[in-house]
Amino acid sequence: MTVMEQRGAYRPAPPPAWRPRTDPAPLLPDPEPYRVLGTGAAADADPGLLRTLYARLVTGRRYNAQATALTKQGRLAVYPSSTGQEACEIAAALALEDRDWLFPSYRDTLAVVARGVDPVQALTLLRGDWHTGYDPYEHRVAPLSTPLATQLPHAVGLAHAARLTGDDVVALAMVGDGGTSEGDFHEALNFAAVQRAPVVFLVQNNGFAISVPLAKQTAAPSLAHKAVGYGMPGRLVDGNDAVAVHQVLSDAVRHARAGGGPTLVEAITYRIEAHTNADDATRYRGDEEVAAWRRHDPIDLLERELTARGLLDEEGVRAAREDAETMAADLRARMNQDPELDPMDLFAHVYAEPTPQLLEQRAQLRAELAAEAEGAQR
Amino acid sequence: MTTVATRPATMAGALTRALRDAMAADPAVHVLGEDVGTLGGVFRITDGLAKEFGEDRCTDTPLAEAGILGTAVGMAMYGLRPVVEMQFDAFAYPAFEQLVSHVAKTRNRTRGAMSLPLTIRVPYGGGIGGVEHHSDSSEAYYLATPGLHVVTPATVADAYGLLRAAIASDDPVVFLEPKRLYWSKDAWNPEEPAPVEPLGRAVVRRSGRSATLITYGPSVPVCLEAAEAARAEGWDLEVVDLRSLVPFDDETVCASVRRTGRAIVVHESGSFGGPGGEIAARVTERCFHHLEAPVLRVAGFDVPYPPPMLERYHLPGVDRILDAVGRLQWEAGS
Repeated sequence: MTVMEQRGAYRPAPPPAWRPRTDPAPLLPDPEPYRVLGTGAAADADPGLLRTLYARLVTGRRYNAQATALTKQGRLAVYPSSTGQEACEIAAALALEDRDWLFPSYRDTLAVVARGVDPVQALTLLRGDWHTGYDPYEHRVAPLSTPLATQLPHAVGLAHAARLTGDDVVALAMVGDGGTSEGDFHEALNFAAVQRAPVVFLVQNNGFAISVPLAKQTAAPSLAHKAVGYGMPGRLVDGNDAVAVHQVLSDAVRHARAGGGPTLVEAITYRIEAHTNADDATRYRGDEEVAAWRRHDPIDLLERELTARGLLDEEGVRAAREDAETMAADLRARMNQDPELDPMDLFAHVYAEPTPQLLEQRAQLRAELAAEAEGAQR
Repeated sequence: MTTVATRPATMAGALTRALRDAMAADPAVHVLGEDVGTLGGVFRITDGLAKEFGEDRCTDTPLAEAGILGTAVGMAMYGLRPVVEMQFDAFAYPAFEQLVSHVAKTRNRTRGAMSLPLTIRVPYGGGIGGVEHHSDSSEAYYLATPGLHVVTPATVADAYGLLRAAIASDDPVVFLEPKRLYWSKDAWNPEEPAPVEPLGRAVVRRSGRSATLITYGPSVPVCLEAAEAARAEGWDLEVVDLRSLVPFDDETVCASVRRTGRAIVVHESGSFGGPGGEIAARVTERCFHHLEAPVLRVAGFDVPYPPPMLERYHLPGVDRILDAVGRLQWEAGS
């Protein structure tokens, strides 16, 4: 007690009451990533779902291999492979209804294709004949976003708009561990929680942002813990366990659709290949680490479960691989055709209402092309 | 607030009226930003909108400009027509990546499948005695970004007409509001607003025969004042108010310069890399044989925006404009 208080000259009023705005306990992620495969819970997994996941993961891995091969043949400028992360990619797409929206990052081509986008159109960006090769409204897939985490506020805005419109649409936004350091990640999660927007954020923690490991990216207990600061639940899941990822995402989607607001899901996975074909991963990580993750392979985990339950035999494995080869052959054949290019497309979609200045430049290019064609005829 | 109709017509009132009319006409129009709801915005431009249309239509957001604009992008993707308020010119910079990488490019990236009919309102410019970061002329950043329209009103009637046109546009529009003109008045009748014209038309504010002052936004009244003062020197100046930097109205500008044979571009924005360089080049390329003198620029100095007690030395004023008019090689030309 101060001297002034002892004398009775100063009696401080009690401060206005304070209490936490939400109870943080239910928002906290579990201490261990959620797992189904290889645990007792696997017995309850639906055989149909297991078979579907298996077939689509096998096809997904083949897609990654084919796309990487196309970079070596010069058919793609670059390809960021998601090999090792197929469970996250496929489960993300399967957890959504047709009317829902997917907001992918640049490594999420598999998820885009799993939503129904044509495999060739999904690669337009990386082939380089245009940017986004598909109509986002056809399968409700936003353009693959190259600038990190910038697609997350779009997902929030779209989900918010859907809710204002009275539609029970959910947006699922994908981002990597590196992307969680961006300001847009923070702003998107904050907006989503404040507006109770029906969004699910899926962070694929694959261990690296190009070469930088997670320890240099964050000091948080886990990325899922970040959710608590925004007032939304954080969930940790084994990202190589397709059944677990599907369950956690489906729960989060249901929660969002029911008006419960957003969820942050961190899926622990691993980028088996380099950042892209232009990267050399041996400069920043050892073979042993990669080998350890190869022993926790998402397709092997499913195969073991299916085999143990008598849902998959050699014939089934062969059939899945044949389907994947058929997809790869089609992709190869179509990617080996030169895309049709029209230089006038440069000007076609800059504005709904093109400026006179752009029309002048369009006329200039048209004249240049006409002169070129005339020169070729002579 | 009493209704706008019973008040003198200020630019602020006309902007409020434009937002209100746009929201009443189209339920897809949503206003969002910092303090735009209960408070009505720090400049009161959104006054009364939350009350009239509800907080779902006029929404106070968290304090995060990239989040505001990024969220508006998502809303536009779903078919809404968001009008975003950035509180001040320099406070819009955190949203720059969203603006440049998404707002400006999404139509192009998706071959026209996905358009973003967004209006981004930015109070800009100096002359209000603001402390640092409250007086920037940021238009050069925006007009260097393909995919954006950039417009700025100088009169009460244009504030209404251009904002309605911006909101109605299927392209993203950066709508720059000259904050020192917010309280300017003229004889605009809000009950009979001018028809909404398409964006991209400049207008001759004052006809003259000696030289053309090409200007926009907060510098328009300064140029009109300079034109009046120039009469004493025997100069009859024409003043062209661009109204829209993108699209640019080459036709109106060049028609004026061909008539007068002399031109000065006047703006608050810095000279080096500012809009005046582009405008002078366009005029020279198109009107070279009509010009009696090089196209001059009267602009802000190439310094960070000065503190309020020094801003009068920085802003282009009547004297600096008249000095430039005097340098238009009258001896050689006449």
